[in-house]
Amino acid sequence: MTTRIEYDHQLSELKHEIIRMGALVENTLAGAMQALVGREYDKAQKIIDGDDEIDDLMAAIEDKCITLIATQQPLASDLRVIFAAIKMSTDLERIADYGVGIAKIAIRLKDEDYIKPLIDLPRMTDIACEMLNMSVRAFANNNVELAIETAKRDNDLDSLFKQVYRELLTYVMESPKCINQMMSFVLIARYLERVGDHITNVCEWIVFNLTGNKMDLD
Amino acid sequence: MMDTANVEKWCTKEILLKNRAKQKRRQRFMYVLIYTAAALAVITLLVIIGFIFANGYKELNWNFLTQGVVDAGREGGIFPLIINTLYLVGLGLLFAAPLSILAAIYMTEYARQGILIKIIRFFTTNLAGIPSIIFGLFGFMFFGRILGWSWSLLNGSATVAVIILPTLIRTSEEALMTVPLGYKEGSLAMGATKWQTMYKVVIPAASPGIINGIILGMGRIVGETAALFFTLGSGTNIATSLMDSARSLSLHLYTLAKEGLSVGKAYATATVLIVIVLILNLIAGAFGNRINRYKENR
Amino acid sequence: MNAWTTAAAEEQVTNEIKVSVKNLDLFYGSFQALKDINMDMEANKVTALIGPSGCGKSTFLKCINRMNDLIPGCHVKGDILIDGTDIYKDDVDVAYLRKEVGMVFQKPNPFEMSIFDNIAYGPRIHGLHDKKKLEIIVERSLKRAALWDEVKDRLHQSALGISGGQQQRLCIARVLAVEPSVVLMDEPTSALDPISTGKIEELIAELKNDYTIIIVTHNMQQAARVSDQTAFFLLGDMIEAGPTTQIFQLPRDKRTEDYITGRFG
Repeated sequence: MTTRIEYDHQLSELKHEIIRMGALVENTLAGAMQALVGREYDKAQKIIDGDDEIDDLMAAIEDKCITLIATQQPLASDLRVIFAAIKMSTDLERIADYGVGIAKIAIRLKDEDYIKPLIDLPRMTDIACEMLNMSVRAFANNNVELAIETAKRDNDLDSLFKQVYRELLTYVMESPKCINQMMSFVLIARYLERVGDHITNVCEWIVFNLTGNKMDLD
Repeated sequence: MMDTANVEKWCTKEILLKNRAKQKRRQRFMYVLIYTAAALAVITLLVIIGFIFANGYKELNWNFLTQGVVDAGREGGIFPLIINTLYLVGLGLLFAAPLSILAAIYMTEYARQGILIKIIRFFTTNLAGIPSIIFGLFGFMFFGRILGWSWSLLNGSATVAVIILPTLIRTSEEALMTVPLGYKEGSLAMGATKWQTMYKVVIPAASPGIINGIILGMGRIVGETAALFFTLGSGTNIATSLMDSARSLSLHLYTLAKEGLSVGKAYATATVLIVIVLILNLIAGAFGNRINRYKENR
Repeated sequence: MNAWTTAAAEEQVTNEIKVSVKNLDLFYGSFQALKDINMDMEANKVTALIGPSGCGKSTFLKCINRMNDLIPGCHVKGDILIDGTDIYKDDVDVAYLRKEVGMVFQKPNPFEMSIFDNIAYGPRIHGLHDKKKLEIIVERSLKRAALWDEVKDRLHQSALGISGGQQQRLCIARVLAVEPSVVLMDEPTSALDPISTGKIEELIAELKNDYTIIIVTHNMQQAARVSDQTAFFLLGDMIEAGPTTQIFQLPRDKRTEDYITGRFG
């Protein structure tokens, strides 16, 4: 039945690149949090340097999509895959940038002791990485239900963010001198909450790809 | 994937060159043959025409063309015979052309394309090859005796009409069949009736072929002798009515030569005949040109 | 909701139905070429018929102006209604039908006449001989077909002396001269170069304001560019019909999807 072998090959390559990008971004995020908690400054620097690879990958995906549109005149499901790929790569790249942001903060705090143990931030990161993993699987396996379920977990991240914010606020009110560190942690919490929102976007595009409907999964 | 690298190449330059000389020789030989054949055809024609002209020009003068027949043709001219011949051609075409075009239209457009049509075509094609003296006999018996037309212009025209009818039907049919289907579709799709389409689009488009057939018919009529022998009569005056007996140029030529009345005048008559054929063809060609001015690349 | 859903909702606005096909079957002798076709085509819209070779889309098109009547052994069951009138009823004047429903063919077929006579052919055969009126009609039709400027100085020269793209526009003008309300087009640009094709597609976009257009095309991208509604035919069945945006982005039937993405035929 398939007469467009080369075209199908390119489309499946595209899918693989999105999956690979998802994996890289997951590593970036997890690695950045590890570097923060374990105070591993080399690791943090590696994360920052590794962002170039992710940016290049996004550019490659964009190029591939534009070329496919120009040369193959994709329609129907092919068109949706390509469109979803472009949008997803953008969201994934932003997630990676947030990971880099966390790594940069880790380096910035290297000369300070942590005033409080980091518990919730790593938990948020775990949830975010799990969401990322689930969404990549949903994409790879064409699983609409998984994508919808993944998006729901963003609620956990939102409530965790509120919790972390209140906790850090009390710390600052008690000892104002630690405000620099606390603000950095609030920033990280905010980053992770935004990561959740971006993953939700990714899930929306996965659903669009498979059903043609753009659902609002927030 | 085929292994193209190690396959021995067979279309080599050596083979090409070896063959080349032989091909060239063969080509030159064919050229010579073709040109010779063409030259022979043209020369033959020129010789015939030249021979006739050469023997006829002595008697060819203004008097010859304008005077009537005197002393059974030994003296005088052939003017009335020219007119009679033209009458014959005109009447013959008048009978045959519309009939053949309509018949051709019926056969290509209206009739169901089955066994019956094939039989009709078979007959028309074969009628074209029947010797004209048989038609002459038919004209003599049917038109002359049964219908009572006796020896007359009417009989002669009807007979030659019957002779050229099969040819005209064939050529008109061919012409109609070469009209592209798109013309008919385009016209019908605008709400034209079948006849409107025929009359306004198809027949004009087929006209070059039809006119070609008519030219062939004219030539045949002018040259017809055997059939007219039994039907036209031998009157040497200009025919004033359809029932008049009216000799044609070809009959006159035959009579002059056979009865030994005037060999010179016979040749002169032949010359005039040839010239008339040429003129008729030119007129038909010009007429065809006018109709074809809307064809491509004009 | 977002832009997608509102666009889809717009398409649902009920429009006047110009051509309505109900349970149409077509047989060439004993071979069934069209099977139970049901379809409504809206007025002043372009409907595209797509499908692989031999699927019946051209045959279907020719039912709408009863050109199939000319094919011996071809008979039709079911109804086609144009403006509510069944065109297969016995008392229908077929010549009038073909004036109301014009047709443009795949290969341009101008007659061996002058450009003027080609356009005036339609009105003349329907009885209009007033020279002044014919001149107005010819000019109007050529302008509507976006050909006037290119041929206005050579109206009385042969129609066969202009280019293929111009000839096709001439054929369109010829159809428009008899003032139809529906224009059928059977792969009108498949014999033309890309620039002529583009001009004719632009023309179609303009013409739909005044006429209902039904176009058969092999070219998927053309159907997507030009039409408001699309119907997919396969082996005599109509598999799916709907708004063009829906058919080309989210076809409901897998066979439609496979055909559109080029994965068969």
